[in-house]
Amino acid sequence: MKSEKILLDHGSGGKISHSLTKDIMLPVFDNPILSKLNDGAILNIGGKKFAFSTDTYVVDPIFFPGGDIGELAVYGTVNDIAMCGGSPLYLSAGLVIEEGFPVSDLKKIIKSMGNASKRAGVKIVTGDTKVVPKGAADKIFINTSGIGVIPDNIDVGCEKALPGDKIILSGTIADHGITVLTQREGMKFTSSVRSDTAPLNHMVEKIFSSGGSIHVLRDPTRGGVGTSLNEIAEKSECGIKIFESRIPVKNEVKSICELLGFDPLYIANEGKLLAFVSPQDSERVLSAVRENEFGKDACIIGEVVSGHPGKVFLETLIGGTRMVDMLTGEQLPRIC
Amino acid sequence: MTIKHADEYRDPEISRKLVEQITNLSKKKIRLMEVCGTHTMSIFRNGIRNVIPETISLISGPGCPVCVTAQSEIDAFIELAGEPDTIITTFGDLMRVPGTGSSLQKERAEGRDIRMVYSTFDALEIAVKNPEKRVVFLGVGFETTAPTVAASILAAREMKAGNFFVYSAHKTVPQALFALVKTEGIRIDGFILPGHVSVIIGTGAYLPFFNQCRVPCVVAGFEPSDILQALLMLVRQIENKAPGLENAYPRAVSFEGNKKAVGVMNQVFEPADVAWRGIGIIPRSGLKIRDEFSGYDAGKRFSITEKVSQEPKGCACGEILTGLKTPVECALYKKICTPVDPVGPCMVSSEGTCAAYYKYHDTGPGILKV
Repeated sequence: MKSEKILLDHGSGGKISHSLTKDIMLPVFDNPILSKLNDGAILNIGGKKFAFSTDTYVVDPIFFPGGDIGELAVYGTVNDIAMCGGSPLYLSAGLVIEEGFPVSDLKKIIKSMGNASKRAGVKIVTGDTKVVPKGAADKIFINTSGIGVIPDNIDVGCEKALPGDKIILSGTIADHGITVLTQREGMKFTSSVRSDTAPLNHMVEKIFSSGGSIHVLRDPTRGGVGTSLNEIAEKSECGIKIFESRIPVKNEVKSICELLGFDPLYIANEGKLLAFVSPQDSERVLSAVRENEFGKDACIIGEVVSGHPGKVFLETLIGGTRMVDMLTGEQLPRIC
Repeated sequence: MTIKHADEYRDPEISRKLVEQITNLSKKKIRLMEVCGTHTMSIFRNGIRNVIPETISLISGPGCPVCVTAQSEIDAFIELAGEPDTIITTFGDLMRVPGTGSSLQKERAEGRDIRMVYSTFDALEIAVKNPEKRVVFLGVGFETTAPTVAASILAAREMKAGNFFVYSAHKTVPQALFALVKTEGIRIDGFILPGHVSVIIGTGAYLPFFNQCRVPCVVAGFEPSDILQALLMLVRQIENKAPGLENAYPRAVSFEGNKKAVGVMNQVFEPADVAWRGIGIIPRSGLKIRDEFSGYDAGKRFSITEKVSQEPKGCACGEILTGLKTPVECALYKKICTPVDPVGPCMVSSEGTCAAYYKYHDTGPGILKV
């Protein structure tokens, strides 16, 4: 019973979103750069490598503990470029605003985008604003695109994981998704969880300057760590093994996940990265990540194995094993 | 807000000791059924099948409320969504369940007003805020959710919210146990009884079943060591040929249960003979709204056509719900039926057996045994 209409599931970042990209968009836009389906495109212009990426932000609510839609829109694209190995330089910003939206809220969001771009060291150099009639959009949607330069010696990609690689996770998971969820209408939580929204480009610079051999960088946003690891396992054609005991989750986040039946492995993050690193360099890279203000809780959560290619397995706390599949369906719509 | 108590029940050392005791004690090949869908998920999530001896087979039962909801009820929900000036409110799990021609999710994409809520009281709030609309809550669940739904009907009466309705498809667990042991072709040597349901109804509610059928029964919690503790108690009962009704979850479950919740539930609902998917009609296993509250009964206030819905062709949900088959034995599993494009409800619900297998189980050689 395939659907003839777009469902919220199609925007989940999980399996069903992928089918939309693969079945409808790829065949039409057919080109080798897009078909890599990385976080951003890697372009070769005049002998230099550039990373180019775009993302649209529809998060609800637009202001949440630890961030807002403006900050998220800047850091999201900055991070996508950083995950391609690029140093982000310039961003564009496209705004779709609903008629009746308070100017004071717009000012707050723009100020926040300004601060975020300063902090990330990028400039917003072009933009566009559209206003649609009340009801034609919900409050404000923001698109950002960005471009960055990839140094010659850097070559990372989701297809480049190798058996033996150690997997570094830069900190606690599920903070962003759970924070946004607790702010929704109908969720009567009083909690102190905060979104982890943060720029990761400075952390990535530290990672590269540590001199370690880095194969994959990925920020596990929509679909969470579980979905990102599956994509890497699939594209690199190798297996991944992670350990439940090593995955950092804040107690409060863990409790909310349990109450609502969510698996933190599938909840969105907005300021975390996964780095796949040659085993001999793993400690060095881990120290580099921990030196960054957003990487203090970083740890090695697992490794790449040659068995079970394309699949991710988790060793449970009690020593059992289970598969970690890609997210299917939408856990939480409008999370970013 | 932090659940601090959970960590000790996940302690690898405690689990290791329990596994050791189970392994030493278990001689006979036995089949134990976990009745509750939350147990099914926990068993997979914690990899419990990997650590227990091969003498023990764990089979999943009918304890996922969405899964046992009859096809005719699902079709009735979809029909309700098409009523004019009506807002349908539901827990998220029901959204994707395929009815005969559509699903609530697809109806929503068609423009019907269908909203996900986390509590029945949110549905009541929607009714209060939208007095010009009729707001229907789809009541699917066991004794765990039924008391809150009952409380919302009492609150609606108090608030004179005449535009709030409940379609009750609630079911009760103890009566289903009778049906399971009577089902032909199934051998169940013991039951892991649900934790949450038992918090409400108490272990005493299973006494009539146990006294009549003498099948080993243990109420269990949901952490790894809770489940392992229950398995140990069941193995001990079976090996000693001393069936009993025991409680491995005393920190939450008492003999008499939550009397207040049961009281509210019984005030609003009364037992009814209802159909379970895959099992058929089980006497007194459903909860219908008492006549006194018929003004809130969507089944009575809306003219829904009587349905004789067929379960999807080739779908083995029925056999899976009674432990006759495992999902891998269903011809549609993973081929035609996936969480993205489900054929039966067991693939949809977060507690469904097929969804659990799809998500966590892999048939790769030497990786996982099931």
